[in-house]
Amino acid sequence: MVFPKLIRRERASLPVLIAAPFLALAMAALSNLMLYAAIGVDPVAVFKAMLIDPFTSYFSFSEILLKAGPLLLIAQGLAIGFRAKVFNIGAEGQFILGAIFASAIPVYMPQATGVWIWPMMLVFGMLGGLAWSAITAFWRVRLNANEILVSLMLSFVAIQLLNYLLLGPWKDPMGFNFPQSVMFQLDALLPILLPGTRVNVSLILALLASLAAWFFVLRSFAGYRLEVGGLAPNAARYAGFSQSGAIWLSLLIGGAAAGLAGAAEVAGPVGQLQRSISTGYGYAAIIVAYLGGLHPIGIVFSAFLMATLYIGGDNAMVSAGLPIAAVSVFQGSLLLAYLIAVTFVRRKLVWPHRPTA
Amino acid sequence: MTQPLLSLHGVTKRYGQVHANSGVDLDVLPGAIHAILGENGAGKSTLMKLIYGVETPDEGTIAWQGQPVQIGSPAIARRLGVGMVFQHFSLFETLTVVENVSLLVPGTKKELTSRIVHLGQEFGLGVDPLAHVHALSVGERQRVEIIRCLMVDPKLLILDEPTSVLPPQSVDLLFETLRKLSTRGVSILFISHKLEEIRSICTHATILRGGKVTGNVTPKDFDAQALATMMIGRDMPHLSPPEHTARGDKQLELSGVSVATDDPFGVPLEGISLHVRAGEILGIAGVSGNGQAELAAAISGETPLPKDMHGALCMFGQEVGALNPAARRKLGFSFVPEDRLGQGAVPELSLVKNVILTAHRHGMVQRGMIRRGRAHTFTRDCIAENDVRTPGPGAEAGSLSGGNLQKFIIGRELMLKPRLLFLNQPTWGVDIGAATAIRRRLIELRNEGCAILVISEDMEELFELTDDMQVLSEGRISARFKTNETAPEDIGRAMIGASKGAV
Repeated sequence: MVFPKLIRRERASLPVLIAAPFLALAMAALSNLMLYAAIGVDPVAVFKAMLIDPFTSYFSFSEILLKAGPLLLIAQGLAIGFRAKVFNIGAEGQFILGAIFASAIPVYMPQATGVWIWPMMLVFGMLGGLAWSAITAFWRVRLNANEILVSLMLSFVAIQLLNYLLLGPWKDPMGFNFPQSVMFQLDALLPILLPGTRVNVSLILALLASLAAWFFVLRSFAGYRLEVGGLAPNAARYAGFSQSGAIWLSLLIGGAAAGLAGAAEVAGPVGQLQRSISTGYGYAAIIVAYLGGLHPIGIVFSAFLMATLYIGGDNAMVSAGLPIAAVSVFQGSLLLAYLIAVTFVRRKLVWPHRPTA
Repeated sequence: MTQPLLSLHGVTKRYGQVHANSGVDLDVLPGAIHAILGENGAGKSTLMKLIYGVETPDEGTIAWQGQPVQIGSPAIARRLGVGMVFQHFSLFETLTVVENVSLLVPGTKKELTSRIVHLGQEFGLGVDPLAHVHALSVGERQRVEIIRCLMVDPKLLILDEPTSVLPPQSVDLLFETLRKLSTRGVSILFISHKLEEIRSICTHATILRGGKVTGNVTPKDFDAQALATMMIGRDMPHLSPPEHTARGDKQLELSGVSVATDDPFGVPLEGISLHVRAGEILGIAGVSGNGQAELAAAISGETPLPKDMHGALCMFGQEVGALNPAARRKLGFSFVPEDRLGQGAVPELSLVKNVILTAHRHGMVQRGMIRRGRAHTFTRDCIAENDVRTPGPGAEAGSLSGGNLQKFIIGRELMLKPRLLFLNQPTWGVDIGAATAIRRRLIELRNEGCAILVISEDMEELFELTDDMQVLSEGRISARFKTNETAPEDIGRAMIGASKGAV
């Protein structure tokens, strides 16, 4: 029996690198449509509801833009860390802390007015995410505690913190005992960007952050140091680039971006602090970051793709009777398919052939 | 004529565009000690991998005792009776000798233990079967590898550069063992590029150059110069021995540096004292794994020194124990590490980006942004001045051959105009032409007044290059020898003497 061998390419294959996300999308779509057929849902209807319908109306397209904002922000921050091989898996927790910090202003000053409020909330949100990721960075540098575990577990702590606030001190006294804060005053809400939709200025911020990420990753010396640390830690040590500095910087950037996204969520479409603000953006952004090849431009595309899947998934649930778990299954299989496809950027399959006598 | 034990005919192996072996014919007779002679990159190791079944040939046939065979895996090779001792040993350090043997050889531990002792007596391969491998010296580990091969009664034993890791005295012991094996009818394939060794022990030699056989000779009939000419295709480049120059101030001084290690298999440094003056080359001789890596990391600053040692390391008369590598570089220190891919250069990045690694202070960063034009110019100059063979500054470092990458790294460090240069195994795995070019550059640099420290396993290199030498053995350093008043045997004695604790 002859098995093919996986052999390292002499250099990375650019065509495969570019084709990888498309291949992954095709593989994931195919396998999922087969899965839908197997559970008795019409795959053609699902396909139409998921990938076509979102683009057929102005409103549902604007909802894609709305979803893409936080995904884009978080993924750009995470990708910088992932390139340095610092695996911040806890963006969900940093997102929640951003939302909590930002909410502090309207919760404690519900009567305040002025245009300073919503920008201040965004700044608070960034600080919240930053503080939460700093805990992970501190223990990683101090005790070499694995950042994957610490950041992931801190996300669950963040959820409990959110629960405590909403069931206790921050609960809206007029809210019929529902676990949610007061509705924010008008000045605590982000200005709407596209009239008639829920799309707000945070989308502009996310695109600006993408531009900044591009400069940081491809042009700055700090980005270069992180890249070297991720690719070859011994070379970074040889050059004298600080490893603990790289860990701090990676986690703080990721935390600040996730915190900003959390603030934009409560000050944007939600308009108050609720338990349901945690919808898994922090985890979906990990997929977005990898699907975009950890490249600032690729991530812009993958963020819009992921947002489409969210909206399309909602559509399919309503119109094609797709179970609610199907969207998560699709996301997971997309990441899996991408990781398989991207293996072949630096490797190739070779069938051992018999020598010609 | 006797039938050859192993016979290769027209064997070709390609890796992408590179022909590692093309049309190689080789006959190994029973009981022969057969040398495979060639420069680095001539295709010796590939050929051995084909014989041991690690790789399969693209073309050609292999016959074993006259029968054509397909050696698809090392297991098949072992079943035929081929044993191989790799250059980098394949032993588990946390297991004992007998446990390592039992991984490949069937039998109870008790049987194996007595067979190990028995074989050891028969072939002069004394080693304690119950010792843990990490506690053994390099020579002993090699004996374990050889014993493990002998346990299965091989007809052919392959040794890949077996003497490169041994001090001179152990080489004699190894040769005696090989001669005994040969008289019992075991054939030996002996890979080496050391000409005198081959002349002293081998009965046959096949010479490889650029993947092709360029000669089949009886090595005793030729002198080293003639063999070298066959091996490299031209006359041996000759290096004029360094002339004495005026020496200046101490640019590097270690006074009693001791470093403990967290790594259970690392070597702690004990009271290392040495100094290098401007205009001299000091060599550190010794076999790798005797504290070389730890000493290199301490001098470069990659391992932070403990607080009480901060004053024990001085560069340019200044205490630098607390400084990181970048800060030491700023003072005028440059370092060429042993590991080219992954330490001296990042394989996945372009040469331009690899230049930024250590040369970034030379105008390549402005307000936190990289000035790519500057880095590009620097890279182009480095490639041109050092004869680096590459498609251009945009090529990935990992795509360069070992010798070219080393020329690039050394070139980059020299362009930083260091006053103190430290190199760890500067020409390991580099072909003779490039090695000679590198050594010539170093001597020029010394004559211009740079202080140079070289750690090397290659005694010939140290004798060609250095003014003075010290030996590092088991984390301790010997007294200083004047190179031109010292014989290689003295250095060899220091390697062993130090390991026995004598001063």
